[in-house]
Amino acid sequence: MSIELGKLTIGGVREGLKSRAFSAEELASEALRSAGEQNATTNAYLTFCPELALEAARRVDQAIAAGENPGPLAGVPIAVKDVIVTEGLRTTCGSRLLEHYIPPYSATAIHRLEGAGGVIIGKTNCDEFAMGSSNENSAFGPVHNPVAPDRVPGGSSGGSAAAVASGTVVAALGSDTGGSVRQPASFCGVVGVTPTYGRVSRYGLVAYASSLDHIAPFARNVKDAALLLEAIAGRDPRDSTSADAPVPDYAAALDGKVKGKRIGLPREYFQSLASETGDLIMTAVDVLKRLGCEPVEISLPATDYAIATYYIIATAEASSNLARFDGVRYTTRSEKAESLISMYRNTRGEGFGAECKRRIMLGTYVLSAGYYDAYYLKAQKVRHLIAQDFAKAFETVDAIVTPVSPFPAFKIGEKVDDPLAMYLSDIYTITGSLAGIPCMSVPAGVTADGLPVGMQILTRHFDESGMFRLAHAYEQAA
Amino acid sequence: MKITDKEVRYVAALANLTLTEDEIGRMVHDLDEILTHIDKLNELDTSAVEPMAQVLYDADETATLRADVEQPSLTNEAAVANAVKSGAGYYKVPLVIER
Repeated sequence: MSIELGKLTIGGVREGLKSRAFSAEELASEALRSAGEQNATTNAYLTFCPELALEAARRVDQAIAAGENPGPLAGVPIAVKDVIVTEGLRTTCGSRLLEHYIPPYSATAIHRLEGAGGVIIGKTNCDEFAMGSSNENSAFGPVHNPVAPDRVPGGSSGGSAAAVASGTVVAALGSDTGGSVRQPASFCGVVGVTPTYGRVSRYGLVAYASSLDHIAPFARNVKDAALLLEAIAGRDPRDSTSADAPVPDYAAALDGKVKGKRIGLPREYFQSLASETGDLIMTAVDVLKRLGCEPVEISLPATDYAIATYYIIATAEASSNLARFDGVRYTTRSEKAESLISMYRNTRGEGFGAECKRRIMLGTYVLSAGYYDAYYLKAQKVRHLIAQDFAKAFETVDAIVTPVSPFPAFKIGEKVDDPLAMYLSDIYTITGSLAGIPCMSVPAGVTADGLPVGMQILTRHFDESGMFRLAHAYEQAA
Repeated sequence: MKITDKEVRYVAALANLTLTEDEIGRMVHDLDEILTHIDKLNELDTSAVEPMAQVLYDADETATLRADVEQPSLTNEAAVANAVKSGAGYYKVPLVIER
């Protein structure tokens, strides 16, 4: 038996199981072996779960042997970002504070993956509490980009992107708040999808910024990303913000029918982009044109204000969400805990890394007495303007195409000393996050140095199907 | 300067966060830079704009409330399993009220 794990798709797993080329247990063993081996280079995984994985795989094999339907993701090896809780399986959020945390329950998305026959092989490294754009903020060391190991994989879901790109799993779950799935997907050359806000339940996703957080899939092609999203999407009574809207058959939308689609190119995104990245995106737009799409220049005038808006709203929410890590409930307490207040302050001071501290401080500041109107309320109003820009654009176009990041993967250590510059590099992904619309990164070629560049596609609320259709047509033609 | 050393210390106390002297210096610098960028928002007149409180739609505040029916929840044992210190089913913390 030989399994080419790095080339397997969800459909390939189904075929392989059906034709008995391999069993789910053999596939899980191979994924665990390959992931363990590659981890020495990538540091993509923080925890492996061989027992749980092999047990899940054996259930799939038994279902197949009994002639039962083993589920749409049967036997598919999957990695999960370590900010999504898994019952009985360590979940660290990339933080020293949760180094020994064993969750007593699983996220809804995990239950759905397991119910669909998916086989989780381990938990992936990430920026601490999903805060970062390079995966250098993990308490457990940076992740190395499998394409170029001296470079970052992007962040915050860098471990999940690297796990898929290096071929250790077929797909992975990450989380995206301001670009944390799309940007690493772009840097590692895989597909990353941020669905509509509320499309996937956030129950069991450790909260960073609740009005922006998404659980979001990675895969090596558009169809697999669509299948994974379909498996985890849908209303969940445990998340009051999960949308009560039917989940379409996303794979059925991959019909290549993109002729005549109007594609918006926001002038604000392209005017400052004189680079190899810009050239690659314009080449991708030419491909869409050949497919019969009609590119149209559009304007999203509030774009310039998106970073400021995001770093007020996200940090305000984070300062509140991260208040729970106080030394009482979650496994870590400072030795210097003479009083209740010193226990809180020293546990948090010793436990959080620099980026978390910066965001907690900024968030606490903008919410502090006398500043609410000037910062948080102002940001909520500008967020409305940004959302209105998109709504107006979608009156005349079917989709919007942009770069994911102004540049490809940078060197580890290159940008760590300049937090504002790091924040500013999130400009292309943050706008869609603020509007809550579906957006994804699809590989759009490589630079002269061989570094992948992703094209971002954004569509109307709940039009994941239209987004997947365009991405898939491009992927097939490119 | 948008923020002073004194304000950083005050906010750190509000956030229940012990910072070292080095961290305070660095924080003043970083927050100053970020708050200066954030000032950009003042270029926009938002007096006639509604704040975006809901991401997807406008709904009643009670639209997603469920019936108040008792449901199974975590056991006491599971709830305190990750505590640093616990006993008799409770979390243990340093003395709160001194006699």
